[in-house]
Amino acid sequence: MIAVVNYGVGNVKSVLCALVRSGAEATLTSDPAQIRAAAGVILPGVGAFSTAMENLRRTGLDGLLTKLTDSGKPVLGICLGMQLFFTESEEHGKCEGLGLLEGRVRRFPPGLKVPHMGWNEVRQNKASALLDDIDNGSFFYFAHSYYVEPKDANVALGVTEYGEGFVSAIASGRLFGVQFHPEKSGPCGLRLLANFCRLCERDRQCWQSA
Amino acid sequence: MLAKRIIPCLDVKDGHVVKGISFTRLRDAGDPVECAAAYSIAGADELVFLDITATLEARSTVRQMVERVAEHISIPFTVGGGISSTKHISQMLEAGADKVSINTAAVENRRLVSEAAEAFGCQCIVVAIDAKRAEGSWRVYIESGRKPTTLDAIQWAQDVEGLGAGEILLTSIDADGHRAGYDIELTARVSETVQIPVIASGGAGGPQDIYRVLTAGKADAALAASIFHYGKFSVGEVKNYLRERGVPVRV
Repeated sequence: MIAVVNYGVGNVKSVLCALVRSGAEATLTSDPAQIRAAAGVILPGVGAFSTAMENLRRTGLDGLLTKLTDSGKPVLGICLGMQLFFTESEEHGKCEGLGLLEGRVRRFPPGLKVPHMGWNEVRQNKASALLDDIDNGSFFYFAHSYYVEPKDANVALGVTEYGEGFVSAIASGRLFGVQFHPEKSGPCGLRLLANFCRLCERDRQCWQSA
Repeated sequence: MLAKRIIPCLDVKDGHVVKGISFTRLRDAGDPVECAAAYSIAGADELVFLDITATLEARSTVRQMVERVAEHISIPFTVGGGISSTKHISQMLEAGADKVSINTAAVENRRLVSEAAEAFGCQCIVVAIDAKRAEGSWRVYIESGRKPTTLDAIQWAQDVEGLGAGEILLTSIDADGHRAGYDIELTARVSETVQIPVIASGGAGGPQDIYRVLTAGKADAALAASIFHYGKFSVGEVKNYLRERGVPVRV
């Protein structure tokens, strides 16, 4: 079972629908026990960084996500969900994130059309179970005005050109994030979600047999 | 590289597609889900559902349609037509729409745009502008192009950007329905003026028109209805035409 964290931000339904289409068992929940019990966790999200952080703090889900990440539970952040993993965002002044990864969330510079909206290619930096059977340079759907700038360049799994290149997919241990919306990215997106579910299931079996 | 988007538009009445698609393979050409799935497979980058009933009674029907589309389709889609309040927007987004398009209500109540962008994020707020030429400039019309306003289209585009719109869906009333090409000048003027993406609409008769509006017209995306609906060209044919001429498209 995959837990899709419901914390009062938009776009959660699409993620759930896409997981079901990709063959996964998934549930939309804000219940800590259910999230803890899940084989993997997806943190979706569109909208404002500060509102999303407030919602996570108010419900105590911020601490839970940190604990789960520390324990090695697979977690996938989508769009704003991934941005929240980082130290801070410059959205609306300055706002602190979950701090699971060091780095900043920055706005695209002037001169580019913002939001970065539509289908763009993801160039893969390295192999990952998350990107299994997905061609290098595949198109994914983006809709965002901010991007992540990880301090450790090694966490970058994929890069996308918009003006300059920005990090569009990350992996650090069992923590994964994508700036694009796999749930809206056709067959490639469904493949990515299925890959995440498969690695969650493999992890769960390892834990059980250990 | 960011691809230029091709966006088929489906007119919907009482939950049924009335100007849909001529794919003969469909069991029910009026079914929004079947039409959307066919377009998705054909390579459409996004879809727009324009609710042309848009009465209060029809709202629950539209909502059900949005829910069904969201359950089955893996590409983004926008819902427009009669969107008039943040509550209404919230209902559509919760039902699974990725974006809503606001037209008349944005003109009548500018705060709706800023409040919606604040509440839901600018990426899901599209402001639709219907513009008609008037003595060297373009005037904004509302109520499906029936009622003129005093607004200048270029200025209004700048205003909605300032209010927090994430995208502009720009329709030329003069060109719409004639299949003789988009209003290139209008599209280029708006696209140069704002720093948010512009979707051109109205007048597509063939791939060459789409090519022109994406290059000379500087549009980020092209919306078309009739040329796809009546099977004159497929989305794939349009994309091949564009790719052969160096326009970045997702294929």
